Amino acid sequence: MQFMDMKVVQSRMSKRLLLNQMTKWLFLASAIFGLLVLAVLLYRVIVDSLGWINIDFLTSVLSTKPEIAGIKGAILGTVWLMIIVGPVTMALGVSTAIYIEEYARPSKLTSFIQTNISNLAGVPSIVFGLLGLTVFVRLFGIGSVILAGGLTMSLLVLPIVVVASQEAIRAVPSYLREASYGMGATKWQTIKNVVLPVALPGILTGLILAISRAIGETAPLVVIGIPALLIPVPTSIFDRFTAMPMQIYYWTIDSVLVAEYAYLAAATIVILLLILFTLNSLAIIIRNKFDRRY
Amino acid sequence: MSNSINIRNMIEGSRKKSKLAMFEKTIPYLLFFAAFLSVLTTIGIMVTLTVESILFFRNVSFREFFLQPELKPLNPSDPKFSILPLLGGTLLSSIIAMMVAIPIGLTTAVYLSEYATERVRRILKPLVEVLAGIPTIVYGFFAFTFVTPVLRELIPALDRTNILSPGIVMGIMIIPIVASLSEDAMSSVPNSIREGAMALGATKFEVAFRVVIPAAISGIIASFVLGISRAIGETMIVTIASGSNKNLTFDVTQSMQTMTAYIVEVTSGDAASGTTAYYSLYAVAMTLFVFTLLMNLFARYMTKKFREVY
Repeated sequence: MQFMDMKVVQSRMSKRLLLNQMTKWLFLASAIFGLLVLAVLLYRVIVDSLGWINIDFLTSVLSTKPEIAGIKGAILGTVWLMIIVGPVTMALGVSTAIYIEEYARPSKLTSFIQTNISNLAGVPSIVFGLLGLTVFVRLFGIGSVILAGGLTMSLLVLPIVVVASQEAIRAVPSYLREASYGMGATKWQTIKNVVLPVALPGILTGLILAISRAIGETAPLVVIGIPALLIPVPTSIFDRFTAMPMQIYYWTIDSVLVAEYAYLAAATIVILLLILFTLNSLAIIIRNKFDRRY
Repeated sequence: MSNSINIRNMIEGSRKKSKLAMFEKTIPYLLFFAAFLSVLTTIGIMVTLTVESILFFRNVSFREFFLQPELKPLNPSDPKFSILPLLGGTLLSSIIAMMVAIPIGLTTAVYLSEYATERVRRILKPLVEVLAGIPTIVYGFFAFTFVTPVLRELIPALDRTNILSPGIVMGIMIIPIVASLSEDAMSSVPNSIREGAMALGATKFEVAFRVVIPAAISGIIASFVLGISRAIGETMIVTIASGSNKNLTFDVTQSMQTMTAYIVEVTSGDAASGTTAYYSLYAVAMTLFVFTLLMNLFARYMTKKFREVY
């Protein structure tokens, strides 16, 4: 007696195997699709920027004439912005992480702070821009200057530093702390002399990632009112400024009026991506080099 | 003589100690203040948006804002404030983005977690994640100067600014979010379940779609929701490439404004501070904030639920 019709089984089997084979390649193609788009994007931007990137482009100031326009002001604006974002996020982010990991007792308040930080990470950047506009620019009356932009950006990227620092602090083995206590060190001495030095590579990686996020972020700057005018090179945190992503934005939308602006935008994008690439490589190097196992 | 020195030393030492103890005691408060600043940020966002929205709803009724279809904030004689055209634009661009990101992101995740060897996975995953590190302004430039012209060759009726091209580019930007989070969810499905299905004669494809995906479904859905939330909050791509047409339409070839692009337009200086048009941006931002917050909370709930299973 035959329970199975082998012919039916055979034909279903070959169909299933064929589907299996086809989807394997299809899925590989889909995994590569994103990379292809990335390649096309980079190719387009680089081709557009050819002939526009040179020393003059980097060292001259903005101009309405595409041939002589440069991004010195925009680069310095971005640098000034990061001079605020770096220390502020580092101080606030690491303090928050130390508090949650080392001092806070598990309580409703602690878990609320934790939930709040992960929710902040999901708030659209433009909403942070509105917060900055309302509180820093208008309420505190700082105006649309570097300080206001830097503080807004700091709040935006703070969750990145907090989460990275928390992970780094959590990864410090407890016997290092216990050894320090055993030598008579107080809690703060232990944190300062043992926990933080060991956690530093992880914290720095987080900081670099936060800064590279802040460098490319445009929406909050548009919202707090960084002007489209030709801004002189900023010299202090109370100066009005422009930044690299802002310049890309204006040149892109104005390329409808002056076609060459598109090439200037592409050239600025290449510089921006080079900076981001360098920062991210630095983060990877730090992580690999100092990733000691205890 | 030596005795008195010892005592003096001890007094000095205990003084130092008490100073140290004071310092030790104040440290947690300082740190707590830093931690509380993030809570203050949230409160700041909520208070700002609520207060200014209330000022807006003094002049414009909820009915007008949510029910009538016209948005003409700068019309001098008869300004109209409706969020519907902006909701339409946001919804449409997000749907287009997810139509790109979900199929490609999910199949990428399946490939990485089920098909790829460990070596391929270790190279491919970070490369896909590079897409997430590109600033959105760069995607905006790409949509405006490359994708739109290419699409216009294929669809001649396409406007120079339209919702289709930024939607697609936004989808590409979201691929790594969907792929990476779904892959995490799938990778944490225990191998024993896979092996059980394979022992019964299932192919890899069947294992992936009938066993692994159902087991990881809450994590996968969470990745979709986070992707949608990113699409809704995304600003620069739509600001640059989708224009500022405020008509309520579902024609993807037309220019259409999203909530985020509206906020950029109003803050870029068209409306003077204190006018209804100016306050309207807070009402729009409030809507945006509530939408993304609910989605993020939902995604968090889904991932938590997933963790409890295994």
